[in-house]
Amino acid sequence: MISAQAYGENGKMKEYHYTGPVEHKFSPYAFNGGTVLAVAGEDFAIVASDTRLSEGYSIHSRDSPKCYKLTDTTVLGCSGFHGDCLTLTKIIDARLKMYKHSNNKTMTSGAIAAMLSTILYGRRFFPYYVYNIIGGLDEEGRGAVYSFDPVGSYQRDTYKAGGSASAMLQPLLDNQIGFKNMENVEEVPLTLEKAVQLVKDVFISAAERDVYTGDALEICIITKEGIREEIVPLRKD
Amino acid sequence: MFHCLPRSSVCENDSPPLFSQWSAPFLRSFMPEDSTHLSGGGIHGEAFSTRLPGRGGLSPLEFYMPIAEYLTESPINFGQTSLRSAPTNLLNIDHLHPSLPSISLPPPTPFPISPSVPLPFTLSHGTTTLGFAFQGGVIAAADTRSSCSGLVACPASPKVLPIHSHLVGTTSGTSADCALWKRILARELRLYQLRHRRRLSTGGAAKLLSHMLHPFKGTELCVAATLCGWDGDDEKDEEPITDKYGNISTNQVTSSGSNNQSTSTAAAASQPLISFTTQQVVESRSRICGPRVIYVCSDGLRLKGELFSVGSGSPYAYSILDSSVYWGMSVQEATAVAREAVFRATYRDAYSGNNVDLYHVTAKGWRRRERENLKEEYYREKERERKRVAERKAEKNKEKFNV
Repeated sequence: MISAQAYGENGKMKEYHYTGPVEHKFSPYAFNGGTVLAVAGEDFAIVASDTRLSEGYSIHSRDSPKCYKLTDTTVLGCSGFHGDCLTLTKIIDARLKMYKHSNNKTMTSGAIAAMLSTILYGRRFFPYYVYNIIGGLDEEGRGAVYSFDPVGSYQRDTYKAGGSASAMLQPLLDNQIGFKNMENVEEVPLTLEKAVQLVKDVFISAAERDVYTGDALEICIITKEGIREEIVPLRKD
Repeated sequence: MFHCLPRSSVCENDSPPLFSQWSAPFLRSFMPEDSTHLSGGGIHGEAFSTRLPGRGGLSPLEFYMPIAEYLTESPINFGQTSLRSAPTNLLNIDHLHPSLPSISLPPPTPFPISPSVPLPFTLSHGTTTLGFAFQGGVIAAADTRSSCSGLVACPASPKVLPIHSHLVGTTSGTSADCALWKRILARELRLYQLRHRRRLSTGGAAKLLSHMLHPFKGTELCVAATLCGWDGDDEKDEEPITDKYGNISTNQVTSSGSNNQSTSTAAAASQPLISFTTQQVVESRSRICGPRVIYVCSDGLRLKGELFSVGSGSPYAYSILDSSVYWGMSVQEATAVAREAVFRATYRDAYSGNNVDLYHVTAKGWRRRERENLKEEYYREKERERKRVAERKAEKNKEKFNV
């Protein structure tokens, strides 16, 4: 098992050359890469993620999607440290079941977001190294996206990118969906087809420039009919 | 693979008998699910006294992580009246003044000096927030940029959070800490209101927050909040005196904030209520109504004042505020000054920017002004500057011809 000591702050590998005696400290975290993206529309929500699981210079798996279906109207995308992702989703599933059994109804997206925030903050001093984005429909049927930081700070957005390529994707989304800083532009509401096409384009671009993103793209489209999945191949190199 | 570190290398001081538990196998103290257990108390109670069932048969593969107990306590449950942890709680709060909100403080933990787990990511910091009181209430304003060591994590994050109808708090520091602690504070204030049938004053809320944050002093928790509120007149004038014994006197102590007041009423509180003169009550009550601004910091600092600005952009905001804020200003003036102060701070500080959020708290409650995008303001400023330059040029040309 490769240790996580060679990683710098942002998860990328530190320099390879020997610079003198190095003190190796055990780090319980590892960075497994991956990008997650969510977009909310009038009556739909899209959560997309790539399926590459990497660590350092190696790829562990090409088929490890990062979207987890929580309820019929909510999907969670988590990227970061895969071990924490797995445990976190297990805990959320358990809490959802508990809620269902004691309250006799499914948790709404907003409630799941608030619950996830407290779960993450419960580990404030030894956080889950996971970047979460929840996409789903709220009680009125409108699309909702909630983005989190690793310790539980969250808010509702229209679109958000998280994970290793987030810094590359977010500005693109700001421009295309948020129409930020554009002059003389007609702001048309986003349709489902346009949103899906945009997500595919955006991930293809991300796979070009980010080494941790690639292999395949899994898109979960959430509408009131249910959750539909689409798989699109990406660069494998 | 986790290493089994010898106990002595991590905990330098002699742990009291209570803490013989934390050197127990990793599996027990590290269970993430425990901290999120629905039934109140959770890990807080269990970690100290109870033993998990089936702990006897430990396989040799069990390992332990040298984490201090406080790392396994969920800050969410903290501050709650935990019914189950009472027998295990060393700090017996019964002998404390009955009017204090019943917080179950954790036992004074001798925190080991071992550094907490080094994080591979940074948390959001950097901001400009301000709050000041004037004759028309309290203004609380903040920018909306949430940055994460160079990257703008969120350009539209709310930094002024309403806590209850008459109290608003500005947040600075780690956004997760601020958001969650505000939630915890709102919960505690609501419980107080339900139990004692009156809202806790701003001073009381500030003290409560400060005491809740105190056990985390020295950890990387970073919260710097300015509580801006209006302490109201109680509609039921006479009732408070005859109502809860001992309650009212202590409330006045917490809300007045001035030292003289607290010493005199503290002495009076121990005596029967009958001897409490109406004169003192009337005097103290007039002091507890009105706008209040109190700064609370996770270091433990709690300051009552009239004007505060917090964050990386605060020096720039202070320069505008110090020159323009005075008690008698009108609401429009105050709003304009607050907005200008945040704007100037975003102009100069790289970590502040995007929009301005403005809240105005009066006796009727808080009111939120429309979030304003500062980009427009920059363009307007540029336009004004261009006009000024053109004017100056015209003046110069005129002079030239006149001479």
